[in-house]
Amino acid sequence: MNPLYLVLGLPLGGGLVLALVRSHRIAGLINVAVSTATCGASVWLALNVLGTGPELSPDKLFYIDAFNVYLVALTAFVGMTTAIFSRPYMQHEVERGRVGSQRMRLYHSMYQGFLFAMLLALTTNNMGVLWVAMEAATLTTVLLVSLYRTPESVEAAWKYFILCGVGIAQALFGTVLLYFAAERRLGAKRNDSLLWSVLHTHAAQLDPAVLAIAFVFLLVGYGTKVGLVPLHNWLPDAHSEGPTPMSAVLSGLLLNVALYALVRVKMLVDGSLHTALAGHLMMGFGLLSFLVAGLFLHRQHDIKRMYSYSSIEHMGLTTFAFGIGGALATFAALLHMTVHSLTKSAIFVTVGHAAQLAGTQRIEHIRGLIRTQPAVGWGLLAGSLAIAGFPPFGVFMSEFLVLNATMKSWPWLTVPLLLGLAIAFAGLFRHLHPMIYGTPPVGQTRVKANMLPVMVHLALVLWLGLSIPLFLAHWFEQATQLISGSLPV
Amino acid sequence: MNLQPVTMHLTDLSLFSQGILVSAALVLFTSFVMLAQARIQPLIYTFAWQGVLLSVTTALVALVSGHTHLYISALLTFVLKALLIPWMLYRLVQRLHIQQDVEIVSHPSLTLLGGAVLVVFCYYVALPVAQLSTLVTRNTIAVSMAIVLLGMLLMITRRTAVAQVIGFMSIENGLFFAAVASTYGMPMIVELGIAFDVLVAAVLFGVFFFQIRTSIDSLDVDRLNRLSEREE
Repeated sequence: MNPLYLVLGLPLGGGLVLALVRSHRIAGLINVAVSTATCGASVWLALNVLGTGPELSPDKLFYIDAFNVYLVALTAFVGMTTAIFSRPYMQHEVERGRVGSQRMRLYHSMYQGFLFAMLLALTTNNMGVLWVAMEAATLTTVLLVSLYRTPESVEAAWKYFILCGVGIAQALFGTVLLYFAAERRLGAKRNDSLLWSVLHTHAAQLDPAVLAIAFVFLLVGYGTKVGLVPLHNWLPDAHSEGPTPMSAVLSGLLLNVALYALVRVKMLVDGSLHTALAGHLMMGFGLLSFLVAGLFLHRQHDIKRMYSYSSIEHMGLTTFAFGIGGALATFAALLHMTVHSLTKSAIFVTVGHAAQLAGTQRIEHIRGLIRTQPAVGWGLLAGSLAIAGFPPFGVFMSEFLVLNATMKSWPWLTVPLLLGLAIAFAGLFRHLHPMIYGTPPVGQTRVKANMLPVMVHLALVLWLGLSIPLFLAHWFEQATQLISGSLPV
Repeated sequence: MNLQPVTMHLTDLSLFSQGILVSAALVLFTSFVMLAQARIQPLIYTFAWQGVLLSVTTALVALVSGHTHLYISALLTFVLKALLIPWMLYRLVQRLHIQQDVEIVSHPSLTLLGGAVLVVFCYYVALPVAQLSTLVTRNTIAVSMAIVLLGMLLMITRRTAVAQVIGFMSIENGLFFAAVASTYGMPMIVELGIAFDVLVAAVLFGVFFFQIRTSIDSLDVDRLNRLSEREE
């Protein structure tokens, strides 16, 4: 049996089953079990692909190569650890009376539905199905953002729905144009002109004028979901108002999937245009996002909003690195996607505990975490150090590589990059310091915290910073070669 | 890039092609009607008419081009965009008791003029693409783009959630039209997937009307303004 069908079938089936399970305690367990099984299947799939090379499913609907299989494994892994965290956390939310059991059913069912949508987007070979899956990822999460039904969360969900809906509609227009260009070259009678593998093979023959317009639409469309400035307005709201496990998977995974879609498109457009137009556009948007989000970090009053802006910042940097395009930059971008996912989901898990502990998400009311509950305090400190790019964590490694690549091809751009890193660092730590070391308010007590996912994630990030394991390096090199056409030194 | 105007006379075209162009123009016209329509219920009716015209155009394209799978698309559009979604919106509006509401559209004439400018702009942008296409659908690419942009304009100028949803759905109409006009529709599996997404989106919008109503006691989305970087 092909593990691919397990990877897709398990979350889909899990979502359907969970829609029927009334007890939220049992549903939580099923959620963990299904996510763990999906993660296992994804590892199996990854081993297969690494052993035998790219794999095209017999009906040509799915295409797995080194680039997407590593994101599949990452998505399934973070999906699993977040599910493990979500079970006691959401239990606590039910006990606090923030959600009822009916809504918990929706939550668990949509959690799996969301994982399915992302995995489908990653594995599909059809650019149209990719769009459908991206839209489905919005649709499954939009009701989860408003799960608490507070006016703020309803507003956030509405904004998320409308902005992402309209944004991603642009990507559909781009996809239509892509199909149009392909049909003109390959003939209207064949029905595989929207398959990525076919488009990629014939990229050089596609009309550059049409593809350039298509790329602009696709960039705006998928860029909205990546959270690129100035299309980012929905992101801090949606990521901060929903339940914390949702923030973790939205920030850690969905942004990656959207960026993945964009890079796939870039590979096609580069093949047709033979200019750096796509790369330059991505560099521009990426750098703008990176700088603007770093500045916004200083103005935050809500802890989850603050880390959402940090996500925009890091996605901006990754987009920038993919835009530069050489082997080194692509390698750095792939690494950065991985370490950002792991770190950011760990941070959101910790932030969730911190917010439960303080009873609020307001930064000025979260004080003295380390004294009240050292595990949460240290976890948040370590996570923030990692995300700010401190050595020896993996984020430092990838940011260093991005700087290195920039230095080689665009030396003068290292100045804004370094400036942005410093601004973001200052923005994070001016808020972080009192939260961790301040005097705790009277009567602040510990909460039941499950810090295991955080420790596992941060340990992995640390490992990636100290030495990238050989098989992983080899894997990234394969992906780099697919995207940029050459090997990193 | 060659920006020479394409000389074309309507009478040179076959009867069916003329039919496609006329119905495309009518679809565009409904977009303008929606821009100017301040009452909720007629707005929904206009949206339904746009769906009808869209499916008629699709069927005509199917007839001219001989792509039989477009008949299925036409049927799908008719059921979804002309019947089901308008009916769902109609029911929601009745249950929320807002069918008689009149929205104050600020600067209606300016909005319509802006819409006209957008159409001209779309013709300008679509020219290089349209030149590559076959004669039948040359105009319709620009028209479909205009429908998308007019849908956005509708969303920008309106404040009620219902009108915004109609704008959103008419953007979807424009995209579908683009697919029909430029490539004789997308592959079936994609089209079904899109239709499913649109349907789910319509259901979710219904859920949101009630959520917004309970949270801010109105459907005026301008009052959704709690989340910002500014401190109260």
